[in-house]
Amino acid sequence: MAALISTYAVADRPLRAHPSIGETISQTLTMARRAYIKMMRNPEQFFDVTLQPLLFTAMFAFIFGGAISGDVKAYLPTVITGILAQTALTASMARGTQLREDMDKGVFDRFKALPIARIAPLAGPAVADLLRYGIAATLTIAVGLAMGYRPGGGVGGVLAGWALTIFAGWSLSWIFTWLGTVMKSAGGVQGLGMMIMFPLTFLSPAFVPKETMPEWLQAFVGVNPVTLVINATRDLMNAGDLTLSVVWAYSKKL
Amino acid sequence: MLATLLPIDASEAEIFGVDVKASPHQVRQLVGVTGQYASVDENLTATENLVLFGRLLGMSGKAARAASEELLESFGLEEAAKRQISKFSGGMRRRLDLAASLLSRPPLIFLDEPTTGLDPRTRGQMWDTIRTLVAGGSTVLLTTQYLDEADQLADRIAVIDRGVKVAEGTSEELKTSVGSSTLHLRLSDKTQIATAAAVVEKVTGDRPVLTPEAGGVNVPLADADRAADVLIGLRHADISITTANVQQPTLDEVFLALTGHGTASSENSEDPDRAQSTDHDIRTEEVA
Repeated sequence: MAALISTYAVADRPLRAHPSIGETISQTLTMARRAYIKMMRNPEQFFDVTLQPLLFTAMFAFIFGGAISGDVKAYLPTVITGILAQTALTASMARGTQLREDMDKGVFDRFKALPIARIAPLAGPAVADLLRYGIAATLTIAVGLAMGYRPGGGVGGVLAGWALTIFAGWSLSWIFTWLGTVMKSAGGVQGLGMMIMFPLTFLSPAFVPKETMPEWLQAFVGVNPVTLVINATRDLMNAGDLTLSVVWAYSKKL
Repeated sequence: MLATLLPIDASEAEIFGVDVKASPHQVRQLVGVTGQYASVDENLTATENLVLFGRLLGMSGKAARAASEELLESFGLEEAAKRQISKFSGGMRRRLDLAASLLSRPPLIFLDEPTTGLDPRTRGQMWDTIRTLVAGGSTVLLTTQYLDEADQLADRIAVIDRGVKVAEGTSEELKTSVGSSTLHLRLSDKTQIATAAAVVEKVTGDRPVLTPEAGGVNVPLADADRAADVLIGLRHADISITTANVQQPTLDEVFLALTGHGTASSENSEDPDRAQSTDHDIRTEEVA
């Protein structure tokens, strides 16, 4: 066998006590690359960020548009920003299930035994997921524009809203990452994720004005982090304003 | 535990003078782990897997690719380099798994049942690889349930029964510890096996290991001359035998003698622990 199957004497190795920041970043990027290759090999993973925004935007606009805002076009500024937040949530939810499935496979044992930063196997896929949020946000906005949505915030506002959506999705994904590491089965993560996702999305001004809800519910809507994201996105995209709620939303996420 | 996969719950351990509990990151730089189930990524190709682990170990992209090429070649996997692992056979996965553990050239390698479920040829290849590793200066800690494997490969063997080490030594030492030889008998009438066992126990003072299906009685002997006494005892009891031969004990017999559960004894079969194969692992260690 080749000379590669040989080992160095123990004394030759400088042992480091901790991975450095640079190593942590490079290991995270390596893990992101792994996640990216896997994503490309399993195109089904893109269903939730491609078909779902297309379907939901069209569906919600035509179903609720007349009832809530009088006509579809007037409802678009509301529904597009609402769907953006919803998609960010669903897309980030997948993080938890995928992580759980991944951790149940043998390869995670090797990651655990390697001298790498403990965060890298978790942070890597989260970085690769930025691509998913990007696709979801782009498609939602594109469908909106095709349906006649004319954002008042202009190109800059839309871009800022787009970036905020991705950032929000990424931040929220850490909740699901945590669920993925502590729960026993992927199905469990999925189920619990749904329980978190639905109230957060619908108990917010995503699809209906907050004022139409009973007061006790409005109290919850007020503290819901998704409300912040939606309000901020609306301010950016529809008015082009960098309002307090935008700053608030960004800082909350951090 | 030593490989830092599980936290150490009691006591202390050192690997090459590094405290496992206090400095897990340093220990991880010293050991390579190959688990019972291939710990490689199913969705990636062989090359992608090795490059991934190489990059994680701090190699440059170029160095990682070169190392993966070389390893794939020495493990006879170069033709499968671009295939996804999900299309690999069990033996190929194991070999790739071992290759991945060798990327960092660790001085200590843990192999957890590396040949379980492999066909004899692949097992032979795995053994050759392990011998090469040891010749190259690595220490290999190998767990196995195949005692033949331990006999062939190991310099030092530790027998673990239900998580407790019951014996340790070279293969020879272990064999002599349970008696110098074994008398293998086969009865012409299988139904007499219980009587035969009783007779043997009276003569030697030890319970023989039985294989009732074949009518076999294996008698551990402190001294090969005692074989005649056993045979005479059986003659007096009117038990006729078809074959008899005296051999050095196999490690299987050593294991049974040390752990004290015969193959025919059923008193423990309800014990859930028995179902867990790991409780009866033989740990073998090779020190170069």
